[in-house]
Amino acid sequence: MKEKVFTRGFIRENPVLILMIGLCPIMACSTSLRDALGMGLATIFVLFCSNFSIALIRRIIPPQIRIPVFIVIISTFVTITDYTMHAYLPALYKSLGVFVPLIVVNCIILGRAEAFASKNSLIKAIFDGLGMGIGFLAAIGAIGLIREALGTGAITNPTALFFIPPFKIVLAGEGFSPAVMMILPPGAFLTIGFLIAGLRRLKGKTVV
Amino acid sequence: MSELNIFLIALSAILIHNVLLMRFLGLCAFFGVSKDIKTSLGMGLAVIFVMVMASLAGWLMHHFLLNPETSLFKIDLTFLRTASFILVIASLVQLEEMVIRRFSPALYQAMGIYLPLITTNCAILAVAFLSIDFSLNFAQTLVYSFAAGIGFTMVIVIFASLREKISLAPVPEVFKDYPVAFITASLMALIFLGFQGLFGL
Repeated sequence: MKEKVFTRGFIRENPVLILMIGLCPIMACSTSLRDALGMGLATIFVLFCSNFSIALIRRIIPPQIRIPVFIVIISTFVTITDYTMHAYLPALYKSLGVFVPLIVVNCIILGRAEAFASKNSLIKAIFDGLGMGIGFLAAIGAIGLIREALGTGAITNPTALFFIPPFKIVLAGEGFSPAVMMILPPGAFLTIGFLIAGLRRLKGKTVV
Repeated sequence: MSELNIFLIALSAILIHNVLLMRFLGLCAFFGVSKDIKTSLGMGLAVIFVMVMASLAGWLMHHFLLNPETSLFKIDLTFLRTASFILVIASLVQLEEMVIRRFSPALYQAMGIYLPLITTNCAILAVAFLSIDFSLNFAQTLVYSFAAGIGFTMVIVIFASLREKISLAPVPEVFKDYPVAFITASLMALIFLGFQGLFGL
C-alpha cells in the first residue's frame, strides 16, 4: 500500500504528464538541465514539507478555513526556499527569477494538500509528497534535457547545483547546428506535446 | 521597465512579453478552460478584473506596509511578501465575488464561476510581483496589469477558437486533445516570437 502511494506519482499518475497540473514552472524553468533540476528539487522540498506539516496538524485545522491555512503553511516553506536559494545559489536564483516565489501557486502542492495530506496519515502523506515530487522532477528533468540538448547541442553539467564548478558535455560535433527554437518558448510547448503523446502511446501498449 | 512610457509598457505586456506564450504564466487555465470561445472569454474578463485589483492592492501593500524605505512603520517586512500577497489575492477574489453577485447578476453569470479558480492562477500573483520588481509607479502598475490581462484574454480566445476547429480535424489517436493543443500553442508562441525586438523592447 505504501509502495503504491509512493510510486504512483512517477508515471501512472504523474502530476505533469498525466494530470496536466503545475505547467507554468515546467515550461519556464526547463531551458537547461540545471534550471530544471533546481526547480524540481525546490518543488520536492516544498511539497514534502507542506504535506508533512499539514498531515501533522490535520485534525486541529477547522474545515471552513483550511484553504487559507494551507496557503500560509505552503508560503512559509516557499519563503524559506526563496531566501536560501538567494543566499547560496545566486546564479540559479537569477535564472529561475519570479518562478521561485511562484512555487506557492503551483497547483500540485495545494492539490496534494487538499486531496491527500489533509485526509491521510503522516506516513502516507510523506510518501505521497515524495512520490509526486519525484514525478515532477522526472518530468521537468526530461524536458530540460531534451530542450537543452536539441537547442544548444551540449549539456551544462548540473553539478553546479552542488557547488562543483560546471562544465559542458558536448553531445554533437562541429557539423551540428542547434535548433535554437527549442530553448525559446515554442520549444517548450512542442517538447511537452510530444512527450505526452509518447507516454500515451506507451500506456496504450502496456499498463504502466 | 519603469522608464518606459505608458504606451510602450502596454505594448510590451500585450504582445512582446505576453503572459501566456512568452512568460508561461497561467498555463493551467490556458489549457483547462479553452475548449470553447464563450468560456474562455468569461475566464479572460475575470482575469483582467482580478489582475488589475490584485496588482494595485499588492502595490499599495508593498509600498505602505512591507518596504522599509516607504512604509508607515519603517520595519523591513519584505520577507512576508509571498505570504501576504497570496492571502490578499485570495480574500480579494472572495470579496469581488460577493460584490459582483450583489450588484451585477449578469456579470456574475458571465464570470462568477471562474473567480474561485483564479486564486491559484499564477499569472495574477506573478504580475503583482513583476510590477514591484520592475519598480513601476502606481499609474504604470495600473496600465501594466490591465495590458497583461488584455494579452491573456486575447491569446486564450484565439487559442479557444483554434481548438474548436482542431476538435473536428482528423488528428492521430495519441495526439488527440492535449498533445495537439500543446503543438498549436507552440505554433502560436512562434508567431508571438516575431514581435520580439519591436521598438527595441
